[in-house]
Amino acid sequence: MENELAYDVQGKGHPVSDYKDDYNGEKFGFWIFLFTEGMMFGALFLIFAIYFYRNMEVFASASSELNIWLGGINTVILLVSTYTMGVASIMMRQGKTKLSAILVGITLLMAVIFLAIKASEWSVDITQGIYPGSEILLKKDKGEILFFGLYFVMTGLHGLHIIGGIALMTWVLLLIRSGGIREDHTIVMKNVTLYWDFVHLIWIVLFPLFYMIGV
Amino acid sequence: MNRSFYDETHTVFGEHKSKILQWIFSVDHKRIALLYSGVMFTLFFFAVGAALTMRAELFFPGQQLIEAQTYNQTFTFHGVTMIFLFVVPGIAAALGNFMLPLMLGARDLSFPRLNLLSWWLYIIGVITALSSLMTAHGFADTGWTFYAPYSLKTETSVIFTLSAAFILGLSSILTGINFVVTIHRLRAPGMDFFKMPLFVWGLYSTAWIQVLATPVVGITLLLVILERTLGIGIFDPTKGGDPILFEHLFWIYSHPAVYLMILPGFGIVSEVLPVFSRRTIFGYRSIALSSASIAGIGYLVWGHHMFTSGISDLARIIFSFLTFLVAIPTGVKIFDWIATLYKGSIILATPMLWILGSIINFTIGGLTGVVLGALGTDIHLHDTYFVVAHFHYTILGGVIFMFIGGLHYWYPKITGKLYDEVRGRIAFILMFVGFNMLWFPMFIAGFLGNPRRYFDYLPTFSIYHQIAGIGAVLVASGLLFVLYNFYKGVKEGKKAGANPWNGTTLEWHIPSPPPLENFSKIPYVDFDPYEYEKGEAVVKFDENFRRIH
Ligand code: HEM
Ligand SMILES: [Cu+2]
Repeated sequence: MENELAYDVQGKGHPVSDYKDDYNGEKFGFWIFLFTEGMMFGALFLIFAIYFYRNMEVFASASSELNIWLGGINTVILLVSTYTMGVASIMMRQGKTKLSAILVGITLLMAVIFLAIKASEWSVDITQGIYPGSEILLKKDKGEILFFGLYFVMTGLHGLHIIGGIALMTWVLLLIRSGGIREDHTIVMKNVTLYWDFVHLIWIVLFPLFYMIGV
Repeated sequence: MNRSFYDETHTVFGEHKSKILQWIFSVDHKRIALLYSGVMFTLFFFAVGAALTMRAELFFPGQQLIEAQTYNQTFTFHGVTMIFLFVVPGIAAALGNFMLPLMLGARDLSFPRLNLLSWWLYIIGVITALSSLMTAHGFADTGWTFYAPYSLKTETSVIFTLSAAFILGLSSILTGINFVVTIHRLRAPGMDFFKMPLFVWGLYSTAWIQVLATPVVGITLLLVILERTLGIGIFDPTKGGDPILFEHLFWIYSHPAVYLMILPGFGIVSEVLPVFSRRTIFGYRSIALSSASIAGIGYLVWGHHMFTSGISDLARIIFSFLTFLVAIPTGVKIFDWIATLYKGSIILATPMLWILGSIINFTIGGLTGVVLGALGTDIHLHDTYFVVAHFHYTILGGVIFMFIGGLHYWYPKITGKLYDEVRGRIAFILMFVGFNMLWFPMFIAGFLGNPRRYFDYLPTFSIYHQIAGIGAVLVASGLLFVLYNFYKGVKEGKKAGANPWNGTTLEWHIPSPPPLENFSKIPYVDFDPYEYEKGEAVVKFDENFRRIH
């Protein structure tokens, strides 16, 4: 039912927008979803700010226990990966499907590397006995318990979003193969790119909060 | 005979022979609305059952029926079910889902499959919540507010309840997104924001609250879950955490949530009043914008729940002042409604009775809310029955009355049949009298110092609790009578026709019950939603949705 019209009293036709294949609607909906995500992380940042304000020194010294190099490398990886994802999305709109798919693949790979580094960081902490509820951590200062509590919650939640991103990009690759994403039908890709930007943005805030306040 | 959405449907995948599969996989907003209504009202009656149990226990001082601990679990079950499972999805998920596309001149919501996903998440949430009734430690006993640190320590299965609330929150967010996008994208050509029916405005404001406030409580509840499973420490004072912070985060959502419950109700009031006074609504713009500003200011007042929990004096004064501000747009609405009635030809049909009743109840609930928002009086009244009476006046007397009024109003559209007017009025009277007997005495008991959340009370309070007990029985019978009337209406009611009430908004211009995808042709809407002239609806369409007048 292409270009359906609604007629006014004078008999003039006005185009009707339909719920099927509504590009702007889908984009707008995804933005609102990201607002929601923003509010969720926002609440966590608020909690962080309050406890940081109350335990500045302890937070700073706890922060210096984290490996800023690994965190830094991860920041760079995410930065580059949003770039490749963004370019992939542009290439798709220009019809360069193959190149676009390769770029998505590279992004995906970087996401996996990010996760691997993050996992190695966590496992070092855990083998040193630093994890929520551990005997060693509970003996330390209360500020430190809070710092690491927040650290695991916030990077963990962010990590879940990375995993979500990996799933989404795999889906994008499948859609590119099946023709579900093509030059004139890029909404899914557009939204996944947006999502990936968001995940990166959250990390950009997390990194200084956890790794750099101790420098 | 036209085929309606009861006869045919779209599903997420494939064709199904089985009627049940056709329902639970349907992406038609009208069917999903009915699915919501069915489950929601079943749960509502469970929660009413729990309330009657409490009322029975409270009929005499001392312990008769249930033990103190069971009482704690009962009011938690009652509160959680009423709030998270019933009234938060509430009017929006049930009537909103059904009516929104019809009132906008659309064939469905923007994301029909997402809508179905919301319903499924809702069901998963319901199952999670109810399953803890069966576990060893039983349903949570924290009250519906889950305050830390008690919620971190209690032996009961509070994790189930928290997870349920989390999942339900997700469902609510997805509905919110769907509604916002639908309202932005799918209005019929010509219908700008100020030509939308006011129910749509109510849903719109609600949807933004769902989207922006729910994630805050979601993450907060998640932190409590993580505390109980992993021992994170955010709200646990023994680990440096701050339980007051939990209260802040909880109410940052839960205060806006009360507007999320009431705004669609206000929308129903604004639909029903013009139709049954045969008069254009008074102050359309001020009603529409007051919905939006209530939603906005509602974000800034959460501290009034914490006047006695250790926040600074300055913060208390600011929160108290901001709370008074919310009363202004609410007052504006009430004046607009009364002005709409003035010199109208008022028809006291059942929907109108419910709506007028709800305005009376809500005014009492709202004014006592101002009393509680005042710092000095709240210190005295906090955690007494006065508070419980206040919010039952706003939610039960307000939201639920509006909801039931809306169900009567749109009943002919949804079922295609008419219910019995006489039965409808009797049910209303039962409920109106019963409700005021049930909750008015509790203002007095609370004022005199009867605390909330106790299975017992001093014998001096007996008389109030006994009047309330009788009121509760009247309310319950009123509710059952409504149900009976609706049931009879479907069985043997007369055919309703497209527009039994002489309504003006778009849903009254299509057959009852509506066909699949609602509109054969989309109308062009360059007129205000409630135009009456000499008691007659002004706008008329021919069968091709071209205006003939
Ligand atoms: C049908 C008639 C109803 C009756 C007889 C009733 C009765 C009660 C009673 C006796 C309590 C416990 C008071 C206490 O011990 O502190 C209570 C609490 C409560 N009710 Fe109702 N109620 C009804 C309807 C509703 C509705 C429709 C809602 C909301 C949609 C609601 C929401 C609540 C909440 C949130 C609480 C507080 C629970 C808590 O303290 O955690 N009630 N109700
Ligand atoms: Cu409040």
